[in-house]
Amino acid sequence: MKKLELIDLSKSYDKQVNVISNINVTIEPGEFFVLVGPSGCGKSTMLRMIAGLEEITSGTLKIGETVANDLPPSKRELSMVFQNYALYPHLSVEQNIAFGLNVKKIKKPVQQQRVKDVAEMLGLTDFLSRKPRELSGGQRQRVALARAIVSEAPICLMDEPLSNLDAKLRAQMRSEIRRIQRELNITMIYVTHDQVEAMTMGDRIMILHEGKIQQVGKPVDIYNNPANPFVAKFIGAPAMNLSAARIDNETEEMVIGETIRIPIPKAERTTFANQLLIAGIRPEHIRIAKKETPELHKLYVDVTNVEILGNETVFSFIIDQEEWLAKWSGQWHIEIGDVVPLELDFASLCIFDAKTEQLIKKPTDVGSYVLHKEVVL
Amino acid sequence: MNTTSKMGLWRRTLNARTASLYLLPSILLFSVFVFYPMFRTIYLSFYLTDQAGNAAVNVGFENYSYLLQSSEFINSMKATGLFVLYTVPIGITIALLLALLANEKLKGIGFFRTIYSSTMGVSVAASSVIWLFLFHPSIGMFNRVLSAINLPQVQWLLDPEWALLSVSISTIWMNTGFCFLILLGGLQNIDEHLYESARIDGAGYFHRLRRITIPMLSPTLFFIVTISLINAFQSFGQIDILTKGGPSQSTNLIVYSIYREAFINYQFGTASAQAVFLFLIILIVTILQFKLVEKKVHYQ
Repeated sequence: MKKLELIDLSKSYDKQVNVISNINVTIEPGEFFVLVGPSGCGKSTMLRMIAGLEEITSGTLKIGETVANDLPPSKRELSMVFQNYALYPHLSVEQNIAFGLNVKKIKKPVQQQRVKDVAEMLGLTDFLSRKPRELSGGQRQRVALARAIVSEAPICLMDEPLSNLDAKLRAQMRSEIRRIQRELNITMIYVTHDQVEAMTMGDRIMILHEGKIQQVGKPVDIYNNPANPFVAKFIGAPAMNLSAARIDNETEEMVIGETIRIPIPKAERTTFANQLLIAGIRPEHIRIAKKETPELHKLYVDVTNVEILGNETVFSFIIDQEEWLAKWSGQWHIEIGDVVPLELDFASLCIFDAKTEQLIKKPTDVGSYVLHKEVVL
Repeated sequence: MNTTSKMGLWRRTLNARTASLYLLPSILLFSVFVFYPMFRTIYLSFYLTDQAGNAAVNVGFENYSYLLQSSEFINSMKATGLFVLYTVPIGITIALLLALLANEKLKGIGFFRTIYSSTMGVSVAASSVIWLFLFHPSIGMFNRVLSAINLPQVQWLLDPEWALLSVSISTIWMNTGFCFLILLGGLQNIDEHLYESARIDGAGYFHRLRRITIPMLSPTLFFIVTISLINAFQSFGQIDILTKGGPSQSTNLIVYSIYREAFINYQFGTASAQAVFLFLIILIVTILQFKLVEKKVHYQ
């Protein structure tokens, strides 16, 4: 358990273009911190800077209370799991796990005990004498994990550790990594491009795009209040529907993509200046139009694709040359080409300034439920 | 019933017939340039030959027993053995050190990689001539340097004590390029993440070298050792140009001895017998290599 502080951290390979610029964040002791972003956004580079595998161009990195900019990787007291696991192919699982302990010249009996404990924790006891090539992908992943845990380092870095696993195993490992992190109380920094992993695992997540921080916060807060259209689009699956929008002052309606008209409630009319906007709505907030909805505010769309996922149905339609998605719970037997009447609520809209990309209005009816323990008991 | 089984046979052999068609060109080439000379050599080793190299009298194993008693042949075997011992381990060690240096990620490392592998591009004949000048007793660079620092002169290629060593030095130089290139290729194939992981664990350079680089490089090392051994046994060009087997037979390596026996003494029978000996030695050494050393090789 150790604190990590990144102060104005930047990285540049050619001394002209920053691949990472002005990163300021404090990672609390024992926190599960997820770095997420599309590929090429600099998240792995940032992790490697923390590990000491890449030089820090400018800024300060503090591990605990010490400045770690120039410390070699081994002095930073951290462990790391690589995307391709980086297992030593010529060593057995046991030797792989014990490699770091061997380097640190820990006594053989202590080594064996620690390897045994970790192997038990991860269910590797039966495979200790095997070579990595004789293991399945999931088992290799566990060995990589074991190698990081056995060092008992207070900070653990993970670089897309689950991206080579199939979907089912990934879901299982997600909760397992989370469980181990809680059990051992490690400060975890976890890099992923998968927003599902970020949402489900992180205490806090940081969204990176083109080397810049887009937003840092709790997963749910980010989901509800995305700081800009990029975050809105990136977090959530299927992604938020976004389109250009403007205010029609005469009818006091919001016009999205020239086809959708939504009345603005009285209380909110003053919020918007006469400006270009981007409006977004999450697929699950698009509703089927009710009978009493005035015809003007109904939206008739041609369905272009339907996916029934068992407990929910996702279908797509075109608004303003962009494909929008709607997600309804339950099984809806809609055919491609059907015309469906829809309705959008102003309250569910997420509105950004088109120029500054700042959030102006967040959705208010997100359906947040709190389970009161007394009630259940 | 009968016809269908005949059709079946024709069809069943389809793969075999296709395969032999693909193999035909190389079988033809190998037959002319490898198999025929090989069997001809074995055949000739049992005969006394006339001047033109035609088999004249069948002498059974006499050529072989003659060779085993001939001090000249024994001497040639010893020289070959020493030559292999001098050139292979030292040559590969030097190539490995250079490859480790050239594998570092530095600016302009491409220049050094080119330089280190450049001896591969020089023919044996051309480089032997260069070394002939370097070894020259009066105008050669080595003796000039020795005299400049007041050391006694060495008769590099003329002193029986030194000649084999001198030829070995030039051979090591010639082989370095090839070994370097193969080893560098092997090093580049090692996953960079293994080193990074080891660095995080705190492993120093030599620990990483011993526990990661050498085991991971072992298939390449095994390959280059096998190739180098075979090459060393077959060295000929540099001997012919530098020493012609002299002085007093000290550099009369086995292939050169075969050449002299056949094309200077016109003893094709005994020359063939020597060639068969060489073939057997290389075969045995290579089998031993595979039996003893390959167990320590880690294939991925």
